[in-house]
Amino acid sequence: MAEKKQWRVVGTRSLRPDGMDKVTGQAKYGSDINLPGMLYGRVLRSPHAHARIVSLDMSEAAKMPGVRAVMTAADLPDIASKLQELGESVADLRDESHNIMATGKVLYHGHAVAAVAATSLHLAEEALKAIKVEYEPLEPVIDVRYAMSDDAPLLDPARKMRGIGDEDGKPSNIAQHFQNKRGDLDKGFAEADYVVEREFYNATIHQGYIEPHNATAQVHPDGRVTVWCSSQGHFGIREEVAEVCKLPVGMVKVVPMEIGGGFGGKTKVYLEPLAVIMSQKTARPVKMWMNRTEVLLATGPNPGSLIKCKMGCKKDGTLTAAAAELYFEAGAFPGSAVGAGAGTIFGPFKLENMQVDGYDIVLNKPKSHAYRAPGAPNAAFASECVVDELAELCGLSPLDFRLKNAVKEGDRRADGPVLPRIGLIETLEAAKNSPHNNTKLAPSSGIKRRGRGVASGFWFNGAGPASVILNVNADGSLTQISGSADIGGNRASLANIVAEVLGIEPTDIRAQIGDTDTVGYTSVTGGSSATHKSGLAAHECATKIKEEIIKRAARIWETDAENVVYDDQSGAITNKADAEKKLTFKEVARQANRTGGPITSEVSVNSGGAGPAFAVHIVDVEVDIETGKVDVLRYTAAQDVGTAIHPDYVEGQLEGGISQGVGWALNEEYFYNKDGLLMNASLLDYRMPTMLDLPKLETIMVEVPNPAHPYGIRGVGEVCVVPPLAAVGNAIYNATGIRLYNTPMNPPSLLSEIMKSGLAELPEASD
Amino acid sequence: MAKQIVQITVNGEPTDVLVEPRDSLLETLRENLEMTGTKEGCNNGNCGACSVMFDGRLVNSCLVLAVEADGKEVTTVEGLATSEGLHPVQQAFLDKAAFQCGVCTPGFLIATKALLEKHPNPSEHDVRYYLSGNLCRCTGYHKILEAVNAAAESMREGA
Repeated sequence: MAEKKQWRVVGTRSLRPDGMDKVTGQAKYGSDINLPGMLYGRVLRSPHAHARIVSLDMSEAAKMPGVRAVMTAADLPDIASKLQELGESVADLRDESHNIMATGKVLYHGHAVAAVAATSLHLAEEALKAIKVEYEPLEPVIDVRYAMSDDAPLLDPARKMRGIGDEDGKPSNIAQHFQNKRGDLDKGFAEADYVVEREFYNATIHQGYIEPHNATAQVHPDGRVTVWCSSQGHFGIREEVAEVCKLPVGMVKVVPMEIGGGFGGKTKVYLEPLAVIMSQKTARPVKMWMNRTEVLLATGPNPGSLIKCKMGCKKDGTLTAAAAELYFEAGAFPGSAVGAGAGTIFGPFKLENMQVDGYDIVLNKPKSHAYRAPGAPNAAFASECVVDELAELCGLSPLDFRLKNAVKEGDRRADGPVLPRIGLIETLEAAKNSPHNNTKLAPSSGIKRRGRGVASGFWFNGAGPASVILNVNADGSLTQISGSADIGGNRASLANIVAEVLGIEPTDIRAQIGDTDTVGYTSVTGGSSATHKSGLAAHECATKIKEEIIKRAARIWETDAENVVYDDQSGAITNKADAEKKLTFKEVARQANRTGGPITSEVSVNSGGAGPAFAVHIVDVEVDIETGKVDVLRYTAAQDVGTAIHPDYVEGQLEGGISQGVGWALNEEYFYNKDGLLMNASLLDYRMPTMLDLPKLETIMVEVPNPAHPYGIRGVGEVCVVPPLAAVGNAIYNATGIRLYNTPMNPPSLLSEIMKSGLAELPEASD
Repeated sequence: MAKQIVQITVNGEPTDVLVEPRDSLLETLRENLEMTGTKEGCNNGNCGACSVMFDGRLVNSCLVLAVEADGKEVTTVEGLATSEGLHPVQQAFLDKAAFQCGVCTPGFLIATKALLEKHPNPSEHDVRYYLSGNLCRCTGYHKILEAVNAAAESMREGA
């Protein structure tokens, strides 16, 4: 489909099927499970950022009261190096295993060293204190520049850089170098009237989901394993558990519990294999969950990054060339989001001459993992701030500069592929026409300086395998079983689609997520793919039900199926051969067993055709020049959302993206001391936005349908976190004349620049 | 560690429970009483996911010991709805799509009820200030604000 169409149910704000359970406390999240005879597992974690494990003695811990099992890395099978797709990233399974539990060396503060299972949580925690570990501390590597230097200690002396012909054969903390290149860079910069080149740094930050990681495992006497956990994809968890524990995948069943936020961070295993191993040792269920400190120390935060970005344009604003070098902190093992960062950095801009170099660097921080549009916000902070400078040099408004250079259908994406129908221009126009853009910023007064900033962003969006089952019940209700983990309204969106096809109401649909033994394989809820791929499966599955309903109506009327007309607008089923005859979906459903048996359908798809997404954000800030504190006064996010299947949850994604982006821009960071220890591993010190930190949020859903999907769906969940860092940075500049090149742009860093600029002076010290 | 019996009135029901002196009220609700509607987000008072009413006061149940709850009345998210239906705060959060993953929701519902019982007609700033102890990472709080306003209106009409 290409043109926007009006639908009957799609696009309406139906009540979500899982809503009632979630407002009454009845929804079961991962750690809400309680099983008879259940043990509690806890993990001992490294107090060092980098150290050799000289000895590890579990004997005293094993004798502690209530302890039923202890384990170390020696209890995990030795597995071969093998690359595994994890939704939005690829990881080596051997690294995964070594990340789950340290072997030989601990590589970051909080790296798991051993685990115990005991009859109570407190007894398990006491037993941890009885584990004897002797460490030989090694010099930690925390700074990405230092990590690349010849002087830096090596995390893995056997690791050599994979490059593009620039390998020197020496061991290195640089795991990979790659390059995307097109056109003639020198020629492009020679044609430029203005060239701006800047260097940016983003601190490591965390997804910050409110529900900590959890896993409960029960090993059955025949060797089968059941795992209950909260994840973004239980089929992926099943594969990882099977690989890491060396079990056939068919022996593992993963039951998806409600997930309390993921944002990319819950697509890989940390606790699951430990719970499985300790359940194998005890023949009892083992439940584990992380405390908040563990979540921050030892899950997969967003990589910190150093980015050098250079762009050039003519006086009229036409971009002529762009170059960037991205150095991403993968953490303890290779595999940062630098690839996606490199693929998105110039995403919104039409460019003939460009070069992007990406470097994946290991250092003594937790193994980074996907966080909402992984790599793209880091990258856009660089390019969108540079573009802001160029726009000012050209005397163009930030929106006009972007319109002049906006990519459209048929243009080649910065990383190669040709773009299908996209809606960047429509989104820029919508931002330009927004109430926000057409309202003058209230003037600054005294120490409060106001400014407005703009930035855009690009995200690929994904697709993949997905499965949906529909069972028609005798009362005309439908059971919908899907394979996608539902983080923010996926079931509601699928129910809208099924109701649309069948001419029924979303309230007629009982929606649930099937476990790995119930429904067909479905890839992870990541890459903004879930509504796209499961929506496609739901559409096809409902269409099959519709065809079957038509057959059954024909049987009831003893006529040919060709005579049956099923109106999906009214849900009326009529007979062309006999105008008197009328049926409804419910009436046919009631007669299912008399007309041929149960009416069910099951569809699996391997979807392609993801529609790329673009977002444009406008923000007003107020800077207190005596403290460096930045308040967000007004925020508007415009985004091409394809078709808003369920507007509440599309707006919700945009609003959530703003919130996370503002936190990232202004406050959030992993604060390491010189020993490489994380000093702010709590939600008091790792400061995420509270309700008091944000204004009302304005969202503009631009609908340019994705032609490759029956409902025009584009993923919406990720691109909304791409622009905020640069938008806020550009607004601070507009307010103060000061450009910040590092995130977070927190009061100390802004105040220090304010002092240097002479915009404000330190008050006289008083006695 | 020696265990002791405490009696906590949970959602109106006097309940005897065997606890260790070090058990928090949150642990006791979730692990002993299997009332898992109250959520753990941080276990140190920073996120508000475990908010409950404790003798009429809004508290983080992770910061209260179970032994302190002996003889006290505790209201959890499971105690909000009645056989008549949802509490207006629950209905407003559902109607306004004020949650995505839903894990912070029980805490927000309890905190909102506490707010509106004290301040039936709060300003936007009142709402943001009062609920700033509850973290939500999914929504950006915009729809939560709308839900609280809708609940306030509904409760004023019902009063």
